[in-house]
Amino acid sequence: MENIQGSLSMIKNPAILVFILKGVAFTLIISVAAVLISILWGSVLAMLRNYCNSGMTRVLKWISVVYIEVFRNTPLLFWIFICLVFCPSPAFMDRPMFGLSSVNNKLLFKAAMALILYTSGVIAEIVRSGLNSVADGQFEAGHSQGFHMVQIMCYIVLPQAFRAIIPTLLSQIITTIKDSSFLANVAVIELMARTKQILSAANRYNGSNAIHVSDVFILFGLAAVIYFVINFSLSVTVRKIQKRREKQAVVRPGAD
Amino acid sequence: MSGIFSARAWNKVWLYRKTFLVGLGNTLETAAIALVIALALGIIFGLMATSGKKVLKAISRVYVEFFQNTPILLQLCFLYYALAFSGHSPGILVPGFTALGVYTGAYMSEVIRAGIESVPKGQFEAAQSQGFGYISRMVHIILPQSIKVILPPMANTIVNMIKNTSCLYIIGGADLLSLTYSFVTGENTGGAYAPAYLLCGVLFFLICFPLSTLASAWENAIKKRDRKEVV
Repeated sequence: MENIQGSLSMIKNPAILVFILKGVAFTLIISVAAVLISILWGSVLAMLRNYCNSGMTRVLKWISVVYIEVFRNTPLLFWIFICLVFCPSPAFMDRPMFGLSSVNNKLLFKAAMALILYTSGVIAEIVRSGLNSVADGQFEAGHSQGFHMVQIMCYIVLPQAFRAIIPTLLSQIITTIKDSSFLANVAVIELMARTKQILSAANRYNGSNAIHVSDVFILFGLAAVIYFVINFSLSVTVRKIQKRREKQAVVRPGAD
Repeated sequence: MSGIFSARAWNKVWLYRKTFLVGLGNTLETAAIALVIALALGIIFGLMATSGKKVLKAISRVYVEFFQNTPILLQLCFLYYALAFSGHSPGILVPGFTALGVYTGAYMSEVIRAGIESVPKGQFEAAQSQGFGYISRMVHIILPQSIKVILPPMANTIVNMIKNTSCLYIIGGADLLSLTYSFVTGENTGGAYAPAYLLCGVLFFLICFPLSTLASAWENAIKKRDRKEVV
């Protein structure tokens, strides 16, 4: 393990450290943005699947059913590969931005689209479980007050549904942060890809002209620690929320 | 050439149909071996988590938290490169199913823990008072009651594992998705994007859809029954 000094000197190198930290920023931004957009699109899908039960609107229901089932039962990498070929990328992504080359920016857009399409299928099912948890009486109460369907959704059902699924949505961010590492297969943008890139050039930075197993441990160890700290603190938060809710449910039975 | 209605592209896919079958075989093989590893680890760590002994519980917690909170891709790359740069030639398959099995094992462990914890405490005490040993208590009393809680999420975990076989691509694997990708980008075979991806997606869907549908139908049936019992 005499090579460990060389490996450690790599992650003390400010240029490499900045390179990796930029990857962390991209991982976080891509994941959070993907989840937020997926919540919008997923909610639409969930409502179509749950409430379009009459007449011609049933077509919408079946479109949403097919969409959700197809995306939930095929791998994310599959959609990344497909988006690389078939997803058009807008002109404004076709230039150097965010410290990435124009090629990487186009890849970023396409891969992020794949991540959004995939995640929204999962989130649609989460939202649906929230919608199902809202009692039928809430709809009847809304109707009796003269609300129409859109108003019932916006003011009565969705707020309750989202309140019920906040913990699940937060843990979906964990999953998406992990899923975003699949972008490493096609471009060097986020944490995973950057770690791998540094490893493949480690012989130039560790001062020994060769890549050693200690480099693997130090570099991937650092990446693992970063992923772990982010995801673990999120999952601790999720558990705290759930525990508080269980307590509330015990204290005020039937309050929900 | 990449059009979905192009007869030539479909013809090419048909010509190279063996590629897809080999990929499907590799994916299923990797998934099957990984499943055995995941089940073994899941049972061991799930039982440790419900053993009531602090040390065992802590070990199980560390295992689950570490592997659930880091990406499978990172774990796989770590294993692969650590073996490769320490002078071993690991091949693709062994690191593939090991990483996949250990990663999925963490989820299995949580599923099994939740299943065992769903059984009321009195059942454990009753079994103990009747003189059941640890193993016969688990097999005859606890397992039959927890299996209905365990199976649906376990099926979902297996679906995710089958989808995750695609992560082998990063170390140059020969699973279904990797072979499809090298088929559509290959020098001699390339171009038939739409038909090849369609076929690959259909194959994945045919494996995963029945499993995940079964899981959710099961779950709904259990929920409905529980609601009836409460009322």
